[in-house]
Amino acid sequence: MEFIKLCISIVKKNYLSILLGIRTTLVLSILGTLFGFVIGLFVGGIRAIKLDFNEPLYKKRLKRLIDYIGKLYIDIFRGTPMMIQALFFYYSLRSLFNWTPLVAALTVLSVNTGAYMSEIIRSGINSIDKGQIEAARSCGLSNIQTMFNIVFPQAVLNAFPSIGNELIVNIKDSSVLMVLSITELMFETKSIAGSNYRLVETYFITALIYLFLTGVASYVLNIIEKRMTHSKTSLPQSATNFENLVLAKGGSDE
Amino acid sequence: MNKVIEFKNVYKSFGSLKVLQGVDFEINKGEIVCLLGSSGCGKSTSLRMINLLEQKDSGDIIVEGKSVDEIKDINQYRAKVAMVFQQFNLFKNLDVLSNCTIALRKALKINKKEAEEIAINNLKKVGMENFIHAKSDTLSGGQKQRVAIARMLSLNPDILLFDEPTSALDPEMVNEVLNVIKSLTHENRTMVIVTHEMNFAKEVANRIIFMDQGKVIENCSPEEFFTNPKTERAKAFLANSNIH
Ligand SMILES: Nc1ncnc2c1ncn2[C@@H]1O[C@H](COP(=O)(O)OP(=O)(O)OP(=O)(O)O)[C@@H](O)[C@H]1O
Ligand SMILES: [Mg+2]
Repeated sequence: MEFIKLCISIVKKNYLSILLGIRTTLVLSILGTLFGFVIGLFVGGIRAIKLDFNEPLYKKRLKRLIDYIGKLYIDIFRGTPMMIQALFFYYSLRSLFNWTPLVAALTVLSVNTGAYMSEIIRSGINSIDKGQIEAARSCGLSNIQTMFNIVFPQAVLNAFPSIGNELIVNIKDSSVLMVLSITELMFETKSIAGSNYRLVETYFITALIYLFLTGVASYVLNIIEKRMTHSKTSLPQSATNFENLVLAKGGSDE
Repeated sequence: MNKVIEFKNVYKSFGSLKVLQGVDFEINKGEIVCLLGSSGCGKSTSLRMINLLEQKDSGDIIVEGKSVDEIKDINQYRAKVAMVFQQFNLFKNLDVLSNCTIALRKALKINKKEAEEIAINNLKKVGMENFIHAKSDTLSGGQKQRVAIARMLSLNPDILLFDEPTSALDPEMVNEVLNVIKSLTHENRTMVIVTHEMNFAKEVANRIIFMDQGKVIENCSPEEFFTNPKTERAKAFLANSNIH
């Protein structure tokens, strides 16, 4: 009882900076996820393209080089802590871009998310049966047209749960960006706790807030996912039995 | 007669597996050719080479007087030699109409309205005009294959390629698709059909090309092939298929 009272009084005293922290956390994580998604489409898409046999040699070499760079990018950003990435990029590129910590933080978060998204998108693309891609190519669509019109829409739909998961991860993980003194939720928490010496209560409140934010995020993502798949499955008739039969056979003669 | 497709001593391997070992044949304009042979003999590979989905190792393939090695715009070329697949391969994210219009709009740069008119005309031909807004995964196999045929026809191709169009279908749906293909044989287009439906081949083909182990070993009229096959392999093949 005492604990709850204390928590309430902390919230009352600090609600402004808490709200500010929530705002920054949300802005960072939502934008970071969106930009990361775009990066992921781009990098994952390029990595998944298979050049036609009749493309000139220099293009094939270039493609190989780009694939290699893409792989390096993904390995580096997935394989090191984002906190170090933030520090490193902010300070090493500060003289070049003259950027604020907030912009640097958003950039690092986007690029970091992009690395995960690239792999998510790539596996989403690989989950699409080759037959559709062949059919698209066989009727004259180019590699790029096939990607944008046939592959991406399905890949994004298939990968949507993993894509959405990145948002939830980012809401929590953007907290490490406080190393750049960004006034996001964790930074605010730390300074509140630093002045009232109520570490347990203050961090408990913050944990609840994170839980609430991620809860709302997954609720919204669920709704979006339902909408997207619902528009696909308005089964009228006959299909089912036959469909099962073909699937059971494996349908893989080719 | 003018030749539209010529295979000249075509070889193809997948790794150490020799699939085509000197394939030679010619197909004339407007001919309906059934490509027969036992499983794995290289029928699909040959057909896919015409559409450039596979690349030959050596030899030459000449389509409408031009070697496929000299084709500059591969996408425009492919639209003229369209293909129907065993597994239908409809685009799952698009409805029936868009399945038929997408290549018209993106590859052939035809505007939306015109593309839709063309597509609807062809959907009528295959009896699917009442399903234009259905998503592909709500259709039965036979319906899917009919849409795939309409998708191909919408491109107005010079050469129609069919790779076992009925092999993935339930028996009761085979005929609806075969009938659609039969109806196309009066349009004076060149058609190359890989099939295991012998009665169908006998009925619609002008010529039979029989392959065995990566080579063409019989190339003759259907009457001759079905009544008087020359090779032992063809005799054995025919003995194993039910024909009436
Ligand atoms: N991309 C590929 N990679 C490796 N092997 C392949 C590939 N495509 C086909 N093959 C092999 O080449 C051989 C010939 O294949 P192809 O598909 O041309 O036979 P087919 O005559 O069409 O047989 P079916 O009647 O079973 O369809 C088969 O043994 C097949 O496994
Ligand atoms: Mg085959």
